Formats: sequence, C-alpha cells, structure tokens
Amino acid sequence: MNSVGEGCTELKREYDQCFNRWFAEKFLKGDRSADPCSELFHKYHTCVQKAIKEKDIPVEGVEFMGANREKADS
Amino acid sequence: MKMMKGAHAYSRARARTEGGNATDVGDVLAELQDYRLCQRGSSGLVMMGKYFFSETDIKSAWDQVLTAFWQRYPNPYSTHVLTEDVLFREVTPDNLLLSRRLLTKTNRLPRWAERVFPGNLSRSVYVIEDSVVDLGNRSLTTLTWNINHAKVMRVVERCVFAGEQDRPVWTRLTREAWISSGVFGLSRPIQEFGLARFRSNQVKAMKGLEHALSNLQKASAVCPGDSAEKHKNLNSASKTQKPQQYI
Repeated sequence: MNSVGEGCTELKREYDQCFNRWFAEKFLKGDRSADPCSELFHKYHTCVQKAIKEKDIPVEGVEFMGANREKADS
Repeated sequence: MKMMKGAHAYSRARARTEGGNATDVGDVLAELQDYRLCQRGSSGLVMMGKYFFSETDIKSAWDQVLTAFWQRYPNPYSTHVLTEDVLFREVTPDNLLLSRRLLTKTNRLPRWAERVFPGNLSRSVYVIEDSVVDLGNRSLTTLTWNINHAKVMRVVERCVFAGEQDRPVWTRLTREAWISSGVFGLSRPIQEFGLARFRSNQVKAMKGLEHALSNLQKASAVCPGDSAEKHKNLNSASKTQKPQQYI
C-alpha cells in the first residue's frame, strides 16, 4: 500500500512489518516489553509529516476520536 | 453533536451464517433513521442526516480479526483507497493501543453531483481513522470520518469489534454511521448518495477484511505433503499467527 508521501512508501513498509510482528507476537499476548519499532516509526513519521504539509492535508489540531465534536465545516 | 432520533422505535435483526470459509460474515440488516443534527457550523448551516446501524458476526477469533485489521490494505476490493499512513501510535499506561491512520480515497461521485460540484473532482477524500484496542475487554473501537469535502457531505463511522469469552471463534462487529450534508436544497440526494456509497464501501470493507483474514489463515497453515524445508518459514502447529505481509 502506498504512503501519501511518494518517497515514504518504503519507510512505511518497514515500519508496518515491524508493527505487525510486534502486534501479533507481543501486544496481543499481553507482553508489555518495549516497542521495538519506535526508530522506524520516527523515520517514517518525519517523511509523512513533510508530505502532509506539502499537500496541505488538514490533519492539524484534529482531536483524537474527535469526529463527533468537530465543527461542521471544513 | 446533539442528535434527536426519530420518534419511532426500531428493532434490530441479526443473521449469522455458518460455513466452511475462514471468515463467514453474517448478513447485515441495517436500520435507517433520519436524524436532525442540531449543530450549527460557523456558516450557520443546520445539518440533516441519516443514521445507519448494523451488527454482523465474523467467524474469526478476535485476535485474528485485529491482526487482519491492520493489514487489510491493499485488497482486491479497495481500489478506491489510494494511500494509507499511520500518523500516530501509542500504548497507554493502562495498555490501550491508540492509533491514528490517514487514508486517501477517490472521490467517486454520481454524474449529477459532478455537474453540481465540479471543483470537488480534483481532490481526493482525506479520511482519518482513530482506533483504540483494549486488550483487557477484547474490543477494538474505531472512529472514521472525512476531513475534507465535509461541507458537502460528512460521514462519521464508528465500529466496535468485540470478542466474547463464551464465543471465542466469533467476533461481533457493530457499525454505526452518521451521514450528513449541509448543502441547502441538496441535502437529501446527497445523503442518499452518501448512504448508497457507504453501504457499497461497507460490503467492500468486509470483503477486504475477509481477504486479509484468509491470507493470515493460509500463512499459518501447514500444507500436507510439502517438504520440511518449505515449512521453515511457516508456523508449525503453534498457536501464534504470523501476519501475512502485503507487498
């Protein structure tokens, strides 16, 4: 699956692989050891945030689980 | 968002199918209501909308459904989903997994809408999906909504995937959606369109999830008659699932 940032897809893939493995093998089994994916996420995240700014995607200031509390227009 | 539901009561009907597939998705009977959204945006619009509710049983264990949930894109039914990104993720001190994903989807409109809203064609729809995984009570709650084109139509969808201790091979999916449009004079056809597209997307979403689930099942199956070498990368009779990675 592609990232919204064209140059970020490979970083996304690496992060996704790490997350999926951690999720199934650690998180779902109640293993609370540290998340091994944070570095990968950081690289990927930096790339995506840049693309989001360039494309002017309005994700700023959107409250978590906040859809029901948002104003009607955008 | 304040909502006044319609005066009439509604009854829920659920159906469940059982069969040989890895994931059998029960038939969905949706209840529709008109609702008035008593909220004024800054431009003074009063939103009118449609409410959608459904319950479905998925014949897969909750763990598997969740693992597949993160991996459902791309799939043969999701050609309208162009990009998927994780923007945020956190495990809270009480062991909830919070995530935010950004999706871009094509903005497929019926012809009449293309004539009325020519500017809308150029931009995809940006959708945010926020989710909370609660391992303790075996639930995944998601909230998905579009962050652009919202004045024309806003769709907010809330899903709960719940595992039940007494039914370990099933997962109950409860889905609600609020479809609203603030465009004066056109809100009804827009809502109707929105609802039709939502239902069509819902069918695709379930098929996509089934697809991801059956890939997971294949990945963990031990094929009879294969050499021991081929089994190296597959799980041997262990209970863990190795997630199938999409290219």
